[in-house]
Amino acid sequence: MSGMLAIYQRELLILRKKFFRQLASMSVSPLLYLFAFGFGMGRGVRVGGHSYLEFLIPGLVAMNSMIQAFAIASEINIARFYWHIFEEFQAAPISNISYVTGEVLAGITRALFSTVLILSIAALSGVVLSYNFYFWLAAALNSFVFASLAVGLAMLVKSHSDQALLTNFFITPMAFLGGTFFPVDTMPQWVQHILHFLPLTHASKAIRAAAFGDPPDFSSYLLLALLCAVFFVLAFHWVNRARE
Amino acid sequence: MIRFENLWKRYKQVEALRGVSLQVDEGELFSYLGPNGSGKTTTIKILTGLAVPSAGDAWLHGFHVEKESLQAKRQCGLVSQNINLDHELTVGENLHLHGKLFQMPRKERAQRIRELLEYIEIADRMDSPVKSLSGGMKKRVMIARALMHSPRILFLDEPTTGLDPAIRRRIWSLVKSIQRSGATIFLTTHYIEEAEFLADRVAFLDEGRIVTLDTPQNLMEALGTWALDRVADGDMETLFFRDREEANRHIAAHEGSFSLRRVNLEDVFISLTGKKVMT
Repeated sequence: MSGMLAIYQRELLILRKKFFRQLASMSVSPLLYLFAFGFGMGRGVRVGGHSYLEFLIPGLVAMNSMIQAFAIASEINIARFYWHIFEEFQAAPISNISYVTGEVLAGITRALFSTVLILSIAALSGVVLSYNFYFWLAAALNSFVFASLAVGLAMLVKSHSDQALLTNFFITPMAFLGGTFFPVDTMPQWVQHILHFLPLTHASKAIRAAAFGDPPDFSSYLLLALLCAVFFVLAFHWVNRARE
Repeated sequence: MIRFENLWKRYKQVEALRGVSLQVDEGELFSYLGPNGSGKTTTIKILTGLAVPSAGDAWLHGFHVEKESLQAKRQCGLVSQNINLDHELTVGENLHLHGKLFQMPRKERAQRIRELLEYIEIADRMDSPVKSLSGGMKKRVMIARALMHSPRILFLDEPTTGLDPAIRRRIWSLVKSIQRSGATIFLTTHYIEEAEFLADRVAFLDEGRIVTLDTPQNLMEALGTWALDRVADGDMETLFFRDREEANRHIAAHEGSFSLRRVNLEDVFISLTGKKVMT
């Protein structure tokens, strides 16, 4: 427990030290998407009875929580390859599960912080949706999925450039195709089948439904919970792969 | 006490360790001396849980480093070759997090941080960010961090590499005082004078094998007391003598350029391997 808290506290301390840089970095892309797609292209467009801005905000929450949770991988890699702090964790008497839990919690914290940021920006733009229990549950599950995946993959990569490749090939395409900017069910059937394999599609769907006050589709929550378990177990096993 | 038997480590096609066995007694300051790539750091990585041995076993105070890794890790502190402090955090925060990783209670952590920063003579820098410290100070903070949980064994992996001679000597004094407090110290170095000055016993490592092991004094005395470097016809040779007069007689009887000095551990290493330690 103490080891897990030390890992988590370290990440929070780093976040606090770089607070304004992190705040700017977390805000810039959602702000750009909000202005370009929400206020620009989307003005006057309605999707399923909602304004495009109302449609976009839950999508941005899903996308940004995924990106921020996954960003923990970069922090881990900086600790591993640049500052060599990871050696300090490897030499400490803490279990793999403590290490993974500490890092995953840090990823979730970053993601939920970025969610609050987007909701604040949305509120300033005059968009207030229903931020109920199911909304936060979906956002937390989405963050858990990608933070666990990030910790696991961070143990497998051998350099910063490997990490950038993973982001470019998996996270960036998912950010655009996972139901963030457009409704997946307007796509051709075969495309929908493919997009339903993406965790972000389910996260966007669940977050959006909750934000609109619609009844939850529990299959999306179940799938996200299953992915949380799978990626967490993989991360737990892959920590040993980081040992030489 | 540190003990390892028949340790092997293979990295794809490279064999970093080839069946090394050793025992370091409690309270001993043991030095592992060898050129870069000889397997010094690999040994420390295996002993501290950073690397997995390809074969062999190791124990720290009776705890197997693989099968009882958490207990084994509690026995030791590690000062890595690289400066691996959190540069964004302060000195105090770095030590505090280490204490937390080793399950130290909060009160004990605060007390120990104050003691250690006094000990390494930077008590006034507790709230300074690590990035504002000099290289020598960072090394001292790393030593303090490794001592936070009062380990019985301290691993020092080339602790003075890249430091200037004055700082290096300050670190040596610190290491000696840590040994006096009862800790067992396992030191890797490629600085001959460091091993000569600090070590109770020395093992020479070359290409993943221990080539000899004894006290620095015994190793040097086995060669002689005086080393005579002779340059003649562009070639240099070193001859060893028991006493100075014998060496002087040799100089008088031969032609060439001579330099007479005391035997050192470098001579021992060269005589055993044909290589220099500092490569």
